[in-house]
Amino acid sequence: MKVRFRFTKQGKVRWTSHRDVARMWERALRRAVIPVAYSEGFSPRPKISFGLALPTGAESVAEYLDVELAVGPEEAGGPAGLAGALSPMLPEGMDVTAVAPTGPGEPSLQHDVVACRWEIGIPSDVGIDQPEGLEEAVAEVLAAEEIVVTRERKGQPVTDDIRPSILALSALSGPERSVVTLTGPGRVLGVELATVGRGLRPAELLTHLGVDPAGVRTVRTHQWIERDGARREPIPAGATDAPPVERQAS
Amino acid sequence: MTTLWPRLEPLLARVQKPARYIGCEDGAYVAPWSSSRVAWLLAYPDAYEVGLPNQGLQILYEILNDSPDALAERTYAPWPDMEALMRERRIPLFSVDNHRAAGEFDVLAFNLSAELVYTNVLNCIDLAGAPVRAEARDESHPLIAAGGHCTFNPEPLADYVDFFVIGDGEEAVSEANAVIRDWKASGRNPGTRPGVLRELSHVPGVYVPSMYEAAYDGPRLVGVTPRYSDVPEVVEKRTVADLAQWDYPRRQLVPLTEVVHDRLNVEIFRGCTRGCRFCQAGMITRPVRERPAEQVRRMVSEGLARTGYDEVALTSLSSADYSGIDSVVEGIIDDPACSGQVSVSLPSLRVDAFTVGIASQIQKVRRTGLTFAPEGGTWRIRQVINKLIREEDLYGAVESAFSQGWSRVKLYFLTGLPTETDEDTLGIGELARNCVAVGRQHGRASVTASVGGFVPKPQTPFQWFGQDTVGELRRKVDLLRDSTRKDKGVTLRWHDPRASLAEGLASRGDRRVGRVIEHVWRAGGIFQEWTEYFNLSLWEEAMAAEGLSFDWYVHRDRDPDEVLAWDHISAGLHRDFLWGDWQDALAAAGVPDCRWTPCYDCGACTGYGLEHVVASAVAPAGGSQGTNQDLSSGHIVPVRLVGRRAPAPAAVV
Repeated sequence: MKVRFRFTKQGKVRWTSHRDVARMWERALRRAVIPVAYSEGFSPRPKISFGLALPTGAESVAEYLDVELAVGPEEAGGPAGLAGALSPMLPEGMDVTAVAPTGPGEPSLQHDVVACRWEIGIPSDVGIDQPEGLEEAVAEVLAAEEIVVTRERKGQPVTDDIRPSILALSALSGPERSVVTLTGPGRVLGVELATVGRGLRPAELLTHLGVDPAGVRTVRTHQWIERDGARREPIPAGATDAPPVERQAS
Repeated sequence: MTTLWPRLEPLLARVQKPARYIGCEDGAYVAPWSSSRVAWLLAYPDAYEVGLPNQGLQILYEILNDSPDALAERTYAPWPDMEALMRERRIPLFSVDNHRAAGEFDVLAFNLSAELVYTNVLNCIDLAGAPVRAEARDESHPLIAAGGHCTFNPEPLADYVDFFVIGDGEEAVSEANAVIRDWKASGRNPGTRPGVLRELSHVPGVYVPSMYEAAYDGPRLVGVTPRYSDVPEVVEKRTVADLAQWDYPRRQLVPLTEVVHDRLNVEIFRGCTRGCRFCQAGMITRPVRERPAEQVRRMVSEGLARTGYDEVALTSLSSADYSGIDSVVEGIIDDPACSGQVSVSLPSLRVDAFTVGIASQIQKVRRTGLTFAPEGGTWRIRQVINKLIREEDLYGAVESAFSQGWSRVKLYFLTGLPTETDEDTLGIGELARNCVAVGRQHGRASVTASVGGFVPKPQTPFQWFGQDTVGELRRKVDLLRDSTRKDKGVTLRWHDPRASLAEGLASRGDRRVGRVIEHVWRAGGIFQEWTEYFNLSLWEEAMAAEGLSFDWYVHRDRDPDEVLAWDHISAGLHRDFLWGDWQDALAAAGVPDCRWTPCYDCGACTGYGLEHVVASAVAPAGGSQGTNQDLSSGHIVPVRLVGRRAPAPAAVV
């Protein structure tokens, strides 16, 4: 029986890699004594599959993974029980926020997710410093019919049009900002980027905007899948949300 | 106390492997900062992923944090990319636990596990904001301490380190802490630094180099003698008599990012009496002290449950020698709590012990192949070094491995050993070839022979031996390479002989070599144990600048009556024992393991009123457990390979 988890990656732990996160989950599942199904063969591995890799250094409130259990989800403690058992076993800043059983025919996260929403906090001293500067750059991108850039894919320079991958882009102010925090003055971009085809990474968009990607604070706020022509998150609204965790990420 | 985190974090997107600097390991202490506690910053002067697993550092970290009078945090050498950014922004060395500046600690204590990190030690002291030379530091600077195997010759760092702890640190660290606590309580007033160091020199096992005078006659060292009558002439190493009282680490650190030896590590015994003459660790950690099997089982099961690891290593200098190793390994694999998914690894597995003992199918084994260490290419040279593995033992072990489905085996060898002839060197290729032939009977087979240049170490019978030159080591490697070139299935790898030269200098150098290390560091030579950063020309320039000679320090056979730079540091081994063993080596005569044969009074037990703590009164079975013993075997090789998930281990012959 497969169970899907939504979890966060915030604070210091964001400097770990995708592979590091995979190892943290394997250890957490063993520590919490969750009966995970293992692959057969000479070198059995726990049946865990992750979604799209989050770049090292980016934060997220919308990470997902699928775990195949050796027992039914209720036997494993039910969604609330699983979340409650796992969050304390994960590092500070990584907390389970939702758990839901996944149907047997569900495609993998890697194949299912079509787009991600990001919030990108740009401190004043990084790249674009004037408020109009950011608004102008955003307007320019949105007005463009095509944006041809050369970037690296699998070690090879690739030239193509990134405009179709930019699904939404706006400079956020005040209440629209939901997640990202800036310690000093700065601006926040809200952006939705396609992940299918070659996709577009936040850092690549920033480079095009003339912003140093190393100077920003990036948070993935949503991942989107498509069902029957409509978009929704990989754990549908109304599925069991995990109990709030008291720890505070740094 | 302030955290440097807000200044560090903006750097992390600009460096490789930023997780090296975040801390957050499971098991890390977030100790409350308190002025009544002595604050220790425990430093491993190499990259985080190499230093984090160090068990010695973790043991002291826990002991200090469990003490009401101390707190401890950790630091590692920042990688050069990070260091450049730190220096540019004037950010000092910091702890990974709470990102506190190194200068706020009372003690900066280094683990010295390898000599080539010495330039990193100076770099870390400098990054901490303290003068690298001890004489230039005052009461505002932390005390600089060091422990670990390299401190059995502390002299190359004598002008840079305030105090060394020689031997096991479990007890000595608290005694040193008490002295420093009083100094701290008194306000660390101006002019009191020499006083606290003098007090520290009274703690058994603590060596304070500034309390000693080194005298020379030309190039020759005349002696290192105490300046004051209350300072010991010889510093004896510390030895904990009973490991059962020290079940540390109790909360092994679980890093968030990949490190070497990323698994649960449980030390099953300390010390080794096999008597391999090249092995400094075996000589300086005597006697053998086994941890009770029951405690091993508890540490394993509690450790696995707490960490979530699926691999445990039972560590020691020769793990298959542990009394009852079979039942301990089986107990772990059959433990229902491990649900058949935990693998056990036994590092430092001897060939002869492998053939008579137990080999579990370990993750590491599956990924990289099995590794055996015959060390020498012929039986003659193995008698010289007292690594008494017979060829048949090796082939038996290799046969077992290949018949069980392994297709790759790695063999470790040393070259440049005392009395070594070209026949011995070529024997390395011969052994590797024969192992391939054994394996071919079972299908595909390849053997990697990894050859390191031998570096004689202090406190061993080979401390008098003149190390081979870079040219001679190269000639031997070339000889071997030519002889194995046509052998399909044999891959030869060798360690850079130039690095062996620098290591040899730092291993047996005296105080004057400290200036060479400083010179190399000032010229930018850091991370010298990393191939991409090692630079012999820096060492050559430094030697020339200091007017010192590699021939004198490294390549010359030392005289029997010569004062050695580490003569005032004692590992408990009698000099006449070491000299006698050196003479036996030259005569190619091996000596048996003293756990089960009569004592030949090396001094380690008698001098300290200790005994070997070994559960078994008899030697384990096997052909060549010690020499002069019954070397016949030649019948079945009862290797058992225990499958990870197999409840009943398959017996294999």
